[in-house]
Amino acid sequence: MESRDVIMERVRAALGRKLGQKPLPPPEPLLRVSHQSPAAKLARFELRFLGTVTVVADWTFVAAAVEKLLDGKTAVASGHPYLRACGIAEVTGVSANPEDLRNGCATAGVGITSAYCLLAETGTIVLRASPEEPRLVSLLPPVHIAVVPQDRLLTNLDEMLSMTPRPVDADSSAMVLITGPSRTGDIEQFLVRGVHGPGEVHVVIVQGKTPPL
Amino acid sequence: MSAPETAIRKTLADANLQLAIYNNTGRFKENRRRAVAPDQLPEYEDLRTRAAAIKRHTLSFLDVYLLQLESAVEDSGGKVIWASTGEEAADFIVKLAKEREANLIVKSKSMTSEEIHLNDRLAHHELEAVETDLGEYILQLAGQRPFHIVAPAIHMTRNDVADIFTEKLGIEHDTVIENQAMTARRVLREKFLSAGIGITGANFLLADSGAVVIVENEGNARLTHSAPKVHVAIAGIEKVIPRARDLAVFLDLLGRSASGQALTSYTSIVTGPRRQGELDGPEEFYLVLLDAGRTKLLADPEQRESLQCIRCGACLNACPVYRKIGGHNYPWVYSGPIGKVITPSFQGKEKDTWLPFASSLCGACAEVCPVKIDIPGLLLKLRKELVTANPADRSAFQVWAWLMRRPGMYALAARIGRSLMGFNIGPLAAWRSERDLPAAPRKSFRELWKERKK
Repeated sequence: MESRDVIMERVRAALGRKLGQKPLPPPEPLLRVSHQSPAAKLARFELRFLGTVTVVADWTFVAAAVEKLLDGKTAVASGHPYLRACGIAEVTGVSANPEDLRNGCATAGVGITSAYCLLAETGTIVLRASPEEPRLVSLLPPVHIAVVPQDRLLTNLDEMLSMTPRPVDADSSAMVLITGPSRTGDIEQFLVRGVHGPGEVHVVIVQGKTPPL
Repeated sequence: MSAPETAIRKTLADANLQLAIYNNTGRFKENRRRAVAPDQLPEYEDLRTRAAAIKRHTLSFLDVYLLQLESAVEDSGGKVIWASTGEEAADFIVKLAKEREANLIVKSKSMTSEEIHLNDRLAHHELEAVETDLGEYILQLAGQRPFHIVAPAIHMTRNDVADIFTEKLGIEHDTVIENQAMTARRVLREKFLSAGIGITGANFLLADSGAVVIVENEGNARLTHSAPKVHVAIAGIEKVIPRARDLAVFLDLLGRSASGQALTSYTSIVTGPRRQGELDGPEEFYLVLLDAGRTKLLADPEQRESLQCIRCGACLNACPVYRKIGGHNYPWVYSGPIGKVITPSFQGKEKDTWLPFASSLCGACAEVCPVKIDIPGLLLKLRKELVTANPADRSAFQVWAWLMRRPGMYALAARIGRSLMGFNIGPLAAWRSERDLPAAPRKSFRELWKERKK
């Protein structure tokens, strides 16, 4: 007998259940969704986020804000259409959606992405893997910058989960919630940032109308 | 003295180690307390109740959820490997590594892989499996097992780490913690980028999405599941929860209970190989579902609830016994109160029979458990089983029961007992070597009672 059948048989025997017997419906989780004003959410996000938050009045200020954050460092940007529309590719030092993505991410000083959404309550950046938003851009470089329109700012994880009951699906293999920099306390509980992922995280929140895509 | 007793005495006598355990667990404990306090998380008790109910429900219908999980993983292009033993799990990984010619494997922290001694088994086949969590990496270099299920190296100091790095990596002795972390980053980054397979554990498995959820702070788990061409996640069958939406309950509890964080730095929800058009992520995805004793616990109605555990480590930090004896004096990789409860079922109840008794039943573990496992209650049940199975214990309690039903005999026995309290003889001597008895009263309660009634 294959292990699958062995285990399934053990499980059913342990529970006294028969093959095909229906389950009861699961208890409901607690989804704490409270709708807050954009200003309240922004204030909350700024308070909670463990990095700098730059708020710009509209998309035309994004390139300048990113350039300032880069401070002369080289950067790799994902191919997200929002970044392109904001003119990230034209910023000095930025290589947008490079041919050799892996090497580009491994050597760049900064990785620039957009985001699926932001969570105000925990100061979290939510990324969803896609052809335009690869996984390594926010992971390999020592600094991560996320450029996100303010309408993607949600109250909390629970709101995100009620909006997106399937975080991964046929279109996306990964969702990552990023809450602050990479950190470790494994030696004497002494906090060190950037042990494997980015040690610095910045968010540029873009207000105003969406840029022409 | 028995072997565990000698080792425990050594731990107790080591002042530096005592301080390290006390400080580290103390900080975790305090951070947890603050993070779940009503001003931070007013819904805490409601969340606990729901988490326990969802876990209990999932375990009651585990057959259904496992099959749902399997088909969801397959729908996303991944494959489920069923392993009834640790050996089967390791054999699959060895075979896969040979087929893919992947001699280098990166691993992120997984207690499940510790449990089945995966690294030893891989090393036996000349496969290099590198631990990438900083604490686990240090321990792997030192040849030790985790001291704590969440913070594996809390017993080590920067000096220990400097010694280990100098000896094993041949680098200059450096006791600056930032530099040590950056050394690990440099050495391990190379491994991430050249490894053929990445092995992660799983904090949760989502039946509806076929996804693996991994919670961490360093980013090594993200690198492990995103950089190599093959991602293998290994998890016990009890890790499944019904829906992605249930994370609203479990993520609220896990980080806070473990380290006081509302959310850890990274939470990954991943499944299957990279989708069409995605430029990175693994090309192959395998989920190894491990039994290795779990169905035995499932079949035991008295102990089943211990499978609800989400491995947050809060019970370790709260436990006055763990905080003195540390993690290495427990017989198995799972230490602390939860280790005490599950070790007998996994490793055999006839082994390490002292374990369920090494507790004051103070209840601190149950108080902090985010999924409401009644650890003291489970310990009592284990004790009962052991006592019933031991003829000497059984007769002692039979004598006790016989005496309790015969007031005259009881009074006589009590009088004899009282007169013996001053002496140290036989088994009493060993028992008294650790305990102070109050001076024996001249008269028993029953005698005093009789006098007063006159």
